[in-house]
Amino acid sequence: MANRCASPEELDKLRQEILSKRDPNRLAIAVCAGTGCQTYGAVNVYNAFVQEIQNQGLEDKIDVRATGCHGFCEKGVVVVAYPEEVSYVKVKPEDVPDVVKAVANKEVLERLLYVDPVSGKKIAREPDIPFYKHQSRIVFGNNKLMDPKKIEDYIALGGYSALAKALGKMTPDQVLDEVDKADLRGRGGGGFPAGKKWRETKAAPGEPKYAVVNCDEGDPGAYMDRSLMEGNPHSVIEGLALCGYAIGANQGYVYVRQEYPLACENLNIAIQQAEELGLLGDNILGSGFSFKVGVHRGAGAFVSGESSALMSAIEGRVGEPRLKYIHTAVSGIKGRPTNLNNVETYAAVTLIIDKGADWFRSIGTEGSKGTKIFSLVGKVNNTGLVEIPMGMTLSEIIYDIGGGILKGREFKGVQTGGPSGGIIPAQHLDTPVDFDELDKLGSMMGSGGMVVMDEDTCMVDVARYFVDFLAGESCGKCIPCREGLRLLNRVLTDICNGEGKPGDVELIEEVAEVMADASLCALGSTAANPVLTTLKYFRDEYEAHINEKRCPAKFCKALTSYYIDPEKCQACLICLRNCPAGAIQGEKGVVHWIDQNKCTSCGVCYDVCPPRFDAVVKISGEPVPPPPPPGTKVSRKKEG
Amino acid sequence: MSEMVTLEIDGKKVEAEEGATVLEAAKGAGIDIPTLCVHEKLKPYGACRMCSVEVDSRGKTKVVASCGYPVEEGLVVRTRTPRIEKIRKLLIELVSPQTIFDGDVPGQLRILADKYGADVHRFQERLNVKPQRCILCGLCVRYCDEVLGSPAIGFVGRGIDRRVVFYPERAKKVFAAGMEWATEVCPTGKIGAESDGTYFGFTVDDFLAGEL
Amino acid sequence: MAGVSALVGKVVDSYGKDKDMLIQVLLDLQRGFGWLPAEALAEVSKQLRVPLTRVYQVATFYKAFSLSPKGKHAVAVCVGTACQVRGAPRLVDRIGDQLDLKPGETSADMRFSLETVNCLGCCALGPVMVVDGVYHSNPSTEELERIFEAAR
Repeated sequence: MANRCASPEELDKLRQEILSKRDPNRLAIAVCAGTGCQTYGAVNVYNAFVQEIQNQGLEDKIDVRATGCHGFCEKGVVVVAYPEEVSYVKVKPEDVPDVVKAVANKEVLERLLYVDPVSGKKIAREPDIPFYKHQSRIVFGNNKLMDPKKIEDYIALGGYSALAKALGKMTPDQVLDEVDKADLRGRGGGGFPAGKKWRETKAAPGEPKYAVVNCDEGDPGAYMDRSLMEGNPHSVIEGLALCGYAIGANQGYVYVRQEYPLACENLNIAIQQAEELGLLGDNILGSGFSFKVGVHRGAGAFVSGESSALMSAIEGRVGEPRLKYIHTAVSGIKGRPTNLNNVETYAAVTLIIDKGADWFRSIGTEGSKGTKIFSLVGKVNNTGLVEIPMGMTLSEIIYDIGGGILKGREFKGVQTGGPSGGIIPAQHLDTPVDFDELDKLGSMMGSGGMVVMDEDTCMVDVARYFVDFLAGESCGKCIPCREGLRLLNRVLTDICNGEGKPGDVELIEEVAEVMADASLCALGSTAANPVLTTLKYFRDEYEAHINEKRCPAKFCKALTSYYIDPEKCQACLICLRNCPAGAIQGEKGVVHWIDQNKCTSCGVCYDVCPPRFDAVVKISGEPVPPPPPPGTKVSRKKEG
Repeated sequence: MSEMVTLEIDGKKVEAEEGATVLEAAKGAGIDIPTLCVHEKLKPYGACRMCSVEVDSRGKTKVVASCGYPVEEGLVVRTRTPRIEKIRKLLIELVSPQTIFDGDVPGQLRILADKYGADVHRFQERLNVKPQRCILCGLCVRYCDEVLGSPAIGFVGRGIDRRVVFYPERAKKVFAAGMEWATEVCPTGKIGAESDGTYFGFTVDDFLAGEL
Repeated sequence: MAGVSALVGKVVDSYGKDKDMLIQVLLDLQRGFGWLPAEALAEVSKQLRVPLTRVYQVATFYKAFSLSPKGKHAVAVCVGTACQVRGAPRLVDRIGDQLDLKPGETSADMRFSLETVNCLGCCALGPVMVVDGVYHSNPSTEELERIFEAAR
């Protein structure tokens, strides 16, 4: 490893040294090693590449690296071959010898290429794949170009030049002005102007000051921060140090949830490597500015992501919110001024200081500058992390990038903002993604979770799911949230079980209003949002559940029965064998039927019935037809 | 040394020291705001939310807990509006099932229920909880901690599983001199009914055994 | 138990006996013991000089901590939104049927503990089950049998 850089010039020199040893035209294979791809076996794939290249004596010709998350999680393990940027998807260890051969011969291995589901064509180059083509990966893009455990990679990409520029050529006020000018709004969910928060912290009396990264990322279905922290922790650390310099804080903390072990690991390595090079710690780059970064792991509480709760946790106290009429920017950790921002916000700060506020402002909309990373998940074809310029519409994200709905089902709604957010139905798909536009619809940007739902999703169950989640996460301190969620959970569960009562909708609205007004923190005050938005756009589903004991999506177990259509059943025995309740009768050649007394409505038969037969039917709100007479033979389907 | 600010509460001009809370300012002006988790010797906690009031500040109206909201020059406060009454009524109704004993809610809650027209049995059947006789106001916990400096009673758990429990070894020492203060601060009567200085009806071990 | 006091001492010292690090200390002890025995909590209070009430308040507040011994094999099912939408509750039922456990329970023979967990961040694999740190995507009934049988 190189020596400490005692000045910005020495850092430049180090960067040139690193680059001089790197040939951009060199053959290289990048294996995505984010948690998602690791689940698919990325480590085995990486090891297989190292082994195979060694076996073929190609170490001098082909580099291999394990990189941060590429974002195309649906297609893991993702491998990219350089310099042509050929993208190979769903790579397994067995595929490795063929890939190495193709790379060595400068050929393309057709069978592992991405196939566009619409055109049916294979696409070789990553930038041409629609999933990537429509994105603007200014924050996330470096993930795939670096090994997060190697600071040299980050430096080679220009890393820490923003910090060097700030410490060498800018005053703290100039750094703050630049962030302010960029109109950067917090990416954690609140959308509060970062520059304004920094100013408040800087102006507040009290020493020492603190700068903190919120990497708690509690919204279920959101994992942008995890991938950024795993894949490029330096971009966040650099932004944090820039904040410290701007506001006068010499101590930073990263609060990271313990459910992210790889992010914790890579973060700790990054901090250590940065300190060794004099990019963190005492007298950074000889500037006289010192900044130390400590890591605090969370211990499994969604509410601890709330700012005052998070700061209590950093003090070693229980991570529950406290009265916060005095902002944490003024009185935070141990009563001192503390700036808290999200992971993505700090990463954006690094870019803003590097390329300037004007550049940042050229992207996005009037009210929402820059880009936003979303985790596009649920009933969508291309599940993954996408970074888009603010102003792109929901439709473009879900269809152009996301590839549309799984199995060709019909879009029903997209949930944004996590448990504090709301459902956006089809009629608003052309809404541009923008803080204020999403607020207007009753939802919110949130931290970036974007869950796509289709016609098989029951909106009442979605509301129940979020309320149930929050009821389990409420700290329990204040009456409206603790008892309000207890009651809402009871009522929504009753409704999904067919035990809803007339007046339940009005009761939900009454409780929601009091929770919104009177809760101690935003967990309680926004808890009713998913219920209220589903009521706004899908009231008919609530009414069907309560008045007709019917679930229009045919999802709620207590209200849904399964029936095998005797005209379609081909007696293949698959459902019979898979039924966990042993509720299906029949034999080869004799149509199967479900004994309703034994059926638990688990839905396995519906899932396993071969699509070409499509014989299992879901019924809700109507009586189930009686079973066919015993021994009924199958009616042979006409071919052609 | 402290500057004075002028605010308006229920149409009345009130002067208060900078740094005071709206609740303190109101009390000083003889305006009564209900509370369940406030004690003059303890820091504001913000758990019961009964002290909620409407405030107009910087052109916006919002509902805040007056026990913690600092006074501002020109602040306009309304302590009894339909929006506030609705909140207080529902808060009592929501917390009542926890506190019903011998068919009714105890002391302070009964008074508040009458004042705000709350039906204490409204959610009793639907929620079907075993009454803990505790509203988790934290007065006992906080008094022991902040005033006596000798924590012998504390919070455990989270959400609807949150409980107040004694730590018997410490509690025996702390309450050797008697339990009067604890019995007095408890708004539901649970402490007086279930402990006596040597016997403690709800301990941390009871909680861990799943008995609470 | 001499072992408990020594391990607590080692962990507390590694954080410079800093009270602010209470949660970090407990996380390391949870990993070291597999749970948080009462004796360990008493030692933490003593060595870190933090009131016992606060130690228990923290230990009982967070999902990462268990105050009773856990099964040898941790089985976790993600119930994040994306997995929910892709059928996590059904997976929980199927696993529960095989192991005869409800989420939060540990089998009588101490072999398995089942729990539901918040989003693991691998939504493309949903619904996800993790056994002893190994991730499985929508395992079939046969796969479940194989996995649980293999875990000894």
